Amino acid sequence: MKEMIVILLSAILTQNFVLSKTLGICPFLGVSKKLDSAVGMSVAVTFVMVLATAATWPIQTYLLDKYELGYMQTIVFILVIAALVQLVEMALKKFLPPLYEALGIYLPLITTNCAVLGVAVLNIDEKYNFGQSMVNALGAGLGFLLAMVLFAGVRGRMENMDIPESFQGLPITLIAASIVSMSFMGFSGVVDGLLK
Amino acid sequence: MTGIIIVGAIGLFCAILLVVASRFLSVPTDTRVEDIRGFLPGANCGACGYAGCDDYAKAVANGSAKPNLCIPGGASVSAQISEYLGVAAENTEPVKATVRCSGTCQKCGEAEDYHGPATCAACAALHRGKKACGYGCLGYGDCVKVCKFGALSIVDGVAHVDESLCTGCGACAKACPHLLIGMVPVKNHVTVRCSSHDKGAVVRKVCSAGCIGCMMCTKVCPTGAITVTDFLASIDPEKCTNCGACAEKCPVKVITLE
Repeated sequence: MKEMIVILLSAILTQNFVLSKTLGICPFLGVSKKLDSAVGMSVAVTFVMVLATAATWPIQTYLLDKYELGYMQTIVFILVIAALVQLVEMALKKFLPPLYEALGIYLPLITTNCAVLGVAVLNIDEKYNFGQSMVNALGAGLGFLLAMVLFAGVRGRMENMDIPESFQGLPITLIAASIVSMSFMGFSGVVDGLLK
Repeated sequence: MTGIIIVGAIGLFCAILLVVASRFLSVPTDTRVEDIRGFLPGANCGACGYAGCDDYAKAVANGSAKPNLCIPGGASVSAQISEYLGVAAENTEPVKATVRCSGTCQKCGEAEDYHGPATCAACAALHRGKKACGYGCLGYGDCVKVCKFGALSIVDGVAHVDESLCTGCGACAKACPHLLIGMVPVKNHVTVRCSSHDKGAVVRKVCSAGCIGCMMCTKVCPTGAITVTDFLASIDPEKCTNCGACAEKCPVKVITLE
């Protein structure tokens, strides 16, 4: 149990996918302008991360490892995640139209999100078992949500600032992202310390 | 060999799953959206105010948008959609892009040696650009890049519109950092090719083709279509009759009749 909490908290804080692993930067910069779209995107990412892990972990363990096809991992994972997202999209459209409308364009965008592929691959690299992988995926998604919400707040503040003309738009956003990322370095060691 | 079989099997399984799913999970969609989408030119220029042709077709189908907003499609598309939906067609006045600057490399010099990113937006952010005139065309072609119809080109350092290709979507007008490109009705042929609000003496110093605000055109215009505000002439397209008297009288030849 303690191990699960360590995995969850370190995936959210110390090993944050966006801010320490620099994965999923595209939605991080693109969709963080408004709080509600940031939350919508993050929820969709979390959802797909958990689903993708649930699908890729058995494939890796029972197919690729068994037949020594580890080198096909990337291609197989991309294929499976893309098909999965399509399937989920269709299922949502049919059975949960409100959720489908809420996730909107973000769901198909996630098909090619490197954070989703990243969590699937890292679960294998870290040699997590199925339960640990699922917890790690959930933590990665929640960490993504945390980073998006925090950064949406930062960008909201910047809206009203008098930024020099040549820094407006993406340049100041990248600088702000690097400062938020640096502040997250302060979390290193926190998880081990908490549960000592 | 096992690799090919297993990856192929996974791919095939995914494909079959998706085909089956699309059969059983399909949701009836509004077929009118696709039909209306068929009438639209498909340039995704955004001139209608929606995020592409698909989005606009959806808005027209559910009644939240009028059928005459497609500018590249013009009156013919508007008529087709109106007929399909069974509503009265409303005509739109076709417009074209015009560049309000004639400060070519020979006529307007450069005030600074700019080596930054080769885009108008970047160049304009530093002291209103490299040109001696703070209003002029910078010639890096931000408008050329956004034009989906290939109607724009940079000729001699100034943007040039090929009117036979221009559909009037207005993407270039939004891209120009100096707001030099204006959308005017296609029937108008007289243009003031300058956007400088500097005083006549200042304009003379930096550019041999700039409007000096001498008011000669306002006096000669028979319909009173020209006004000079802040040392710059502007033509009211409603009143202009394309007579060309102003173009003839203009001492710096900044008003053109084409």
